[in-house]
Amino acid sequence: MKATTIERIEDKLYQNRYLVDTGRPHITVRPHLSPSPNLLALTQICPAKCYEVNEIGQVAIVSDGCLECGTCRVLCEASGDIKWNYPRGGFGVLFKFG
Amino acid sequence: MTKSKFDAIVIGAGMSGNAAAYSMARRGLKVLQLERGEHSGSKNVQGAILYANMLEAIIPNFRDDAPLERHLVEQRFWLMDDSSHTGVHYRSDDFNELKPNRYTIIRAQFDKWFSSKVREAGGTVLCETTATKLARDRSGSVIGVYTDREGGVILADVVVLAEGVNGLLGTRAGLRDMPKPESVALAVKEMHFMPEEVIAERFGLTGGEGCVIEAGGTISRGMAGLGFLYTNKESISVGIGCLVSGLAESMENPYRLLDAFKQHPSIRPLLAGSEIKEYAAHLIPEGGFKAIPQLFGNGWVVVGDAAQLNNAVHREGSNLAMTSGLMAGEAIFQIKSRGGLMTKHNLSLYKGMLDKSFVMKDLMKHKDLPSLLHTDSHNFFMTYPTLISQAAQNFVRVDGAPKINREKATAASFINARSRWGLISDAVRSAVSWR
Repeated sequence: MKATTIERIEDKLYQNRYLVDTGRPHITVRPHLSPSPNLLALTQICPAKCYEVNEIGQVAIVSDGCLECGTCRVLCEASGDIKWNYPRGGFGVLFKFG
Repeated sequence: MTKSKFDAIVIGAGMSGNAAAYSMARRGLKVLQLERGEHSGSKNVQGAILYANMLEAIIPNFRDDAPLERHLVEQRFWLMDDSSHTGVHYRSDDFNELKPNRYTIIRAQFDKWFSSKVREAGGTVLCETTATKLARDRSGSVIGVYTDREGGVILADVVVLAEGVNGLLGTRAGLRDMPKPESVALAVKEMHFMPEEVIAERFGLTGGEGCVIEAGGTISRGMAGLGFLYTNKESISVGIGCLVSGLAESMENPYRLLDAFKQHPSIRPLLAGSEIKEYAAHLIPEGGFKAIPQLFGNGWVVVGDAAQLNNAVHREGSNLAMTSGLMAGEAIFQIKSRGGLMTKHNLSLYKGMLDKSFVMKDLMKHKDLPSLLHTDSHNFFMTYPTLISQAAQNFVRVDGAPKINREKATAASFINARSRWGLISDAVRSAVSWR
């Protein structure tokens, strides 16, 4: 991949190593009718684009590409919008360089 | 393992955790260090620059075998608008010294090395283990931790919380608050690989010399933020960080900010032809002195990023982390060696040592700067960089217009943008918070 092309986030994440803990997501979104502003912000500012608005206007998460930065926790855990934990030991993103 | 009690459990194998674990293990304390990654460093992200003196205080001969990339001889500060940069460069052959002052490092490799020193010193490092909860007795004193491994609680006299900026244990136990969106920055970073000689040629480097670029301006779209580019041996770390509060308000997308930074005409040629091998994200504590939580209590101390010990103004973090880890370890050793208990009263020794060091003095010095940059970010990161670029271009461009007209136009552009009062006020507030 050349640095001069605009990359998609999927291509960026594809470079990383992950050990996904299948069936045990470490972050979950509380069921809601309409998302709070902070929850909605995550669809834009999550650096791994884990959060997306689904077809019925709710925010959903797929945490497989999570970089474990904690941005969503800082914004949305206190309000109860999300539940946040680190992956089990050994799972999740495994940085080669960090 | 659960049957035996440790002198200390260290949560995390980053800079502060490794410094704490090493300093205690080498003094003969029975230390257990827990790390959730597959090896120490595999969850850790930093720019990254290593300040030699602080590591030297812990491992004097680290240069013999630590994985170091380049020693820095040149630092560039760039103020950017969309098409230009105005720069201050400092380069000195003095930095080509026998024991260089600063190095670029790659954290996953460096932390693995640091962790091997903890093991050599006799510490037990348990990887792939996530600490899930602090164990406390009826009086509330911390007596150990629970992990996601089977076997229940692991007991210790003291727990060193070196769990990083997004540490769960201390915040969940109510020992400190969760970081606020305005006191942490989200940084995203890529590793761009290219041959060693290409890096040397592009940055004017020979041998093991390295160069750093730090850049502020319209690249953060009016948010408080900073871009950076660090030369490693055969890669370049390039990234950008902005306050989480700024990102949430503007809904700017961090990887698009990074892409735009990489596409900037001043940066693009430096990265041309590189191969990207990793994309990482991490929070950086930016709250400074005012965001530092309670640092010690009955059976626990907190060190490094978890304690918000980061000097955002000078972009120093890992050295504060190492120093705080070292001091926590030394304090625990001193208490232990005189037969004392790990009470809040006794552990205040750690805070006392930290207060006397550069860590607290530097953070105290800049205690008002984080809030200034936060409340006035648009002016500092958008208006001024644009004005300064125009002023520089006015100064440099020759097109037959009289110089006096150009200078008047430059002055007028500043006054129009900020008003005389605004300019004076910004200057005074900046000076006061820097003092």
